[in-house]
Amino acid sequence: MSPREKVQIMNAEEIRRVLTRIAHEILERNAGTEGLVLIGIRRRGVPLAKRIADKIKEIEGTSVPLGILDITLYRDDLSKLDYHPLVRKTEVPFSITNKGVVLVDDVLFTGRTARAALDALVDLGRPEFIQLAVLIDRGHRELPIRADYVGKNVPTSRRETINVNLQEVDGEDRVTIAEKET
Amino acid sequence: MKYLLKGGMVVDPLSKRVDKLDILMDDGEITAVEHQIDASGCEVFTLDGCYVFPGFVDLHCHLREPGEELKETILTGTRAAAKGGFSAVACMGNTKPPADSSSVISFIKDKAQEASFPVYPVGCATKKRAGEEPSEIGDLVEAGAVALSDDGDSIMNGEVLRRVMEYAQMFNIPVISHCEDMNLTGAGVMHEGLNSTLLGLEGIPSAAEDVQVARDIVVAELTGAHLHIAHVSTARAVDLIREAKRRGIQVTAEVTPHHLCLTDDAVKDFDTNVKVKPPLRTRDDVDALYKGLKDGTIDAIATDHAPHRRDEKEVEFNFAPFGISGLETAVPLVWEYLVESKIIGVVELAQKMAYNPAQILGLPERVIKVGTEANLTVIDPGMKLPVRVDEFVSLGKNSPFHDWVLRGWPVMTVAAGEIKFSRSE
Amino acid sequence: MKFKQKDILGLEGLSPEEINLILDTAEPMKEIMTRDIKKVPTLRGHSVVTLFYEPSTRTRTSFELAAKYLGADTSSVSVAASSVQKGESLRDTARTLEAMAADVIIIRHCAAGAPHQLARWVSARVINAGDGAHEHPTQALLDMYTIRNKKGGFKGLKVAILGDISHSRVARSNIWGLTKMGAQVRVVGPATLMPPEIDRLGVEVYHHWEEGLRDVDVINVLRIQLERQKKGLFPSIREYTQLYGLDQKKLQVAKPDVLVLHPGPVNRGIEISPEVQDGPHAAINEQVTNGVAVRMALLYLLMGRGEQDEVPA
Repeated sequence: MSPREKVQIMNAEEIRRVLTRIAHEILERNAGTEGLVLIGIRRRGVPLAKRIADKIKEIEGTSVPLGILDITLYRDDLSKLDYHPLVRKTEVPFSITNKGVVLVDDVLFTGRTARAALDALVDLGRPEFIQLAVLIDRGHRELPIRADYVGKNVPTSRRETINVNLQEVDGEDRVTIAEKET
Repeated sequence: MKYLLKGGMVVDPLSKRVDKLDILMDDGEITAVEHQIDASGCEVFTLDGCYVFPGFVDLHCHLREPGEELKETILTGTRAAAKGGFSAVACMGNTKPPADSSSVISFIKDKAQEASFPVYPVGCATKKRAGEEPSEIGDLVEAGAVALSDDGDSIMNGEVLRRVMEYAQMFNIPVISHCEDMNLTGAGVMHEGLNSTLLGLEGIPSAAEDVQVARDIVVAELTGAHLHIAHVSTARAVDLIREAKRRGIQVTAEVTPHHLCLTDDAVKDFDTNVKVKPPLRTRDDVDALYKGLKDGTIDAIATDHAPHRRDEKEVEFNFAPFGISGLETAVPLVWEYLVESKIIGVVELAQKMAYNPAQILGLPERVIKVGTEANLTVIDPGMKLPVRVDEFVSLGKNSPFHDWVLRGWPVMTVAAGEIKFSRSE
Repeated sequence: MKFKQKDILGLEGLSPEEINLILDTAEPMKEIMTRDIKKVPTLRGHSVVTLFYEPSTRTRTSFELAAKYLGADTSSVSVAASSVQKGESLRDTARTLEAMAADVIIIRHCAAGAPHQLARWVSARVINAGDGAHEHPTQALLDMYTIRNKKGGFKGLKVAILGDISHSRVARSNIWGLTKMGAQVRVVGPATLMPPEIDRLGVEVYHHWEEGLRDVDVINVLRIQLERQKKGLFPSIREYTQLYGLDQKKLQVAKPDVLVLHPGPVNRGIEISPEVQDGPHAAINEQVTNGVAVRMALLYLLMGRGEQDEVPA
């Protein structure tokens, strides 16, 4: 069966506004950019982190260091997969020790990706704190994890999938929801 | 007891005729060969569709006894021979101790008697097979040796080979030569060529065989002795033998079934069961062997049955012993690869596996004739079966042909007047 | 692309896509090696056994570190060369390791084909760490990774392999890998150390450095086993060094930016002069680093293969 028709829940304009708000919230919560770093989780967390950093620069005039985290090697489901997924490079070309890290990802779902990211981060150093920013929180947590900054809360059923499309990766900005193939 | 072998196609290597004939055996002797024989009072074997040959003779096998009874014994080896369609075998002298004395030859004859199967021992050409001094050849012949050989090794010293040949000639027995220049072989474990390069295994160049074949032919010419060249494997060796025969030198030659149906490509997955001496060669060599068989350069097909223990072969390729357990696959391999593919006909098969080997060893003539001892090999060309090493009677399960599906299996073997094997039993 | 190999026995059996995937995966692995905490939990709870029938501190250490950086447990079994044929058979050792539930067995053996036989006997993944003169896939992969990093790719690259080709598993694996990736490979060495019909592998054969090294982008210098001289395969070490030892003079005929590799350990001043070994063209230490990264990549990819032999579409 083919997936049911996709329903758009965010357009490009809405995504832009939400990221602007998150940038403001980050600055407000942390009283500026002092000691702050942004780290995007591959794959769509990376352009999102970049956009938030650009927005912060726009608002505050300061550049926040930007890193890329690949959490593949930290996934807890590797032994269940038929094949290990492609690993990409983690690029955090600065020390995160004693820094305030804002992790950025597109969707918060079970919390397992965030868990893996937290493990990966602490292997890179000892940050003063770690915060989590996501574009979409769709619920269904399996671990005690919550986001500090949420673009949009989307109540979903487990049978639905959320697709985040971003210009940098997919050629367009939109978020859709669809029924999963059964 | 009278037996009637009914309706088989009887092959005569001398007249080259193939006729549908009945054969009557009475008390171990062939008493009638006719188109229709009355079956009354006989046990009848119906052989419709089968070929009946004079009993095949394997002029080259290793029965391992005395000394290596975990590999094979004279009892198991001769049973394997019977099942494989052979009515007699000649066993090589590289036993432990080697067959370089009349006592070992007598021991083998005694064991063969117990096994109740015709075994013709080959005595060692030199003492301890060391290639240094001729053995007590007269005594060996007296005890029953039918040929001389240091098979497994070459006599590297040409002077020693000369003396062995001169001496053997007095007793009218052949010297069977394992032709291999050990220096050129070095640490080689397979044929030297593209495959040895790919596999990183030490190669044995064809030249290791060729130079020794050339030398042995020259020494045979010098001495006038009967030289029999064992397990020919190279195109060049075939040419050398052809040329020697043309010159009238008394030289005969044999080839093994595995050299006829495998090439060194078989080594590619490091199966130690294909590790054999001489090594499996190339397609060109195999084609030359076919040609040699057809034009009479190669007189005989012999198994070089070389059984080994499973654990001896289940080791790294470099460390595994050389040899293939061949008695129970020789006939269907030759049938499938040579007869079915029309490389040779059934008459030539009778020559290469019965008549010629017997002639080479000086045994009674292998033809189906009234008034002679019954020695017969019956082959069913319609029988198509997979090779199963676990069903081998031989203790040696070291065969690369496991699971090969072959046609033309022996269904009955009569040796020295007795039915030694019958598949219908 | 999915990595479907159960074992890594040689580069003969790998496709260009698989080779690229391994080299691509080595890149993030190398990043892990630069961290303060050089460990990820990926292979936690998996056991990696190194089974070495030949002494090789560097290869064994490289594999063990690779496994440990990925969080696996390692243990090592050494069998002295002198007791290979006297001690427990490889077949029995295989049974033992199978009974101990090893997940990966890394084998170095003096006999060609031993890893292939082992792979038939165990369900563990088997990595060939060098078998006789046959293959040494991880060495070739790290050589190729180093070449790709330095030269950007393989297409049209002229690579010379210099020395004892006959007895070299490094040469064979490099020939397989490099020719698959589109490099032009040539072998340079004395006729006595050149295996028969090597040209049929798609390489050019040279006996003189003046032609063999001309305009090449990469020279991979092989270690010469000094005991070969005693077997008469070359007349003297002095003459070998004169004719085939890579020195500044011979380097002149290669491309100006030629990359010099050596699998190590080096016979200093014999197959390569100290000036070249320590000079700007050589990447010998980098090869060692890359070796760990490539082996991590292989372990990751191999362990990723699920239990199924056939993968559902």
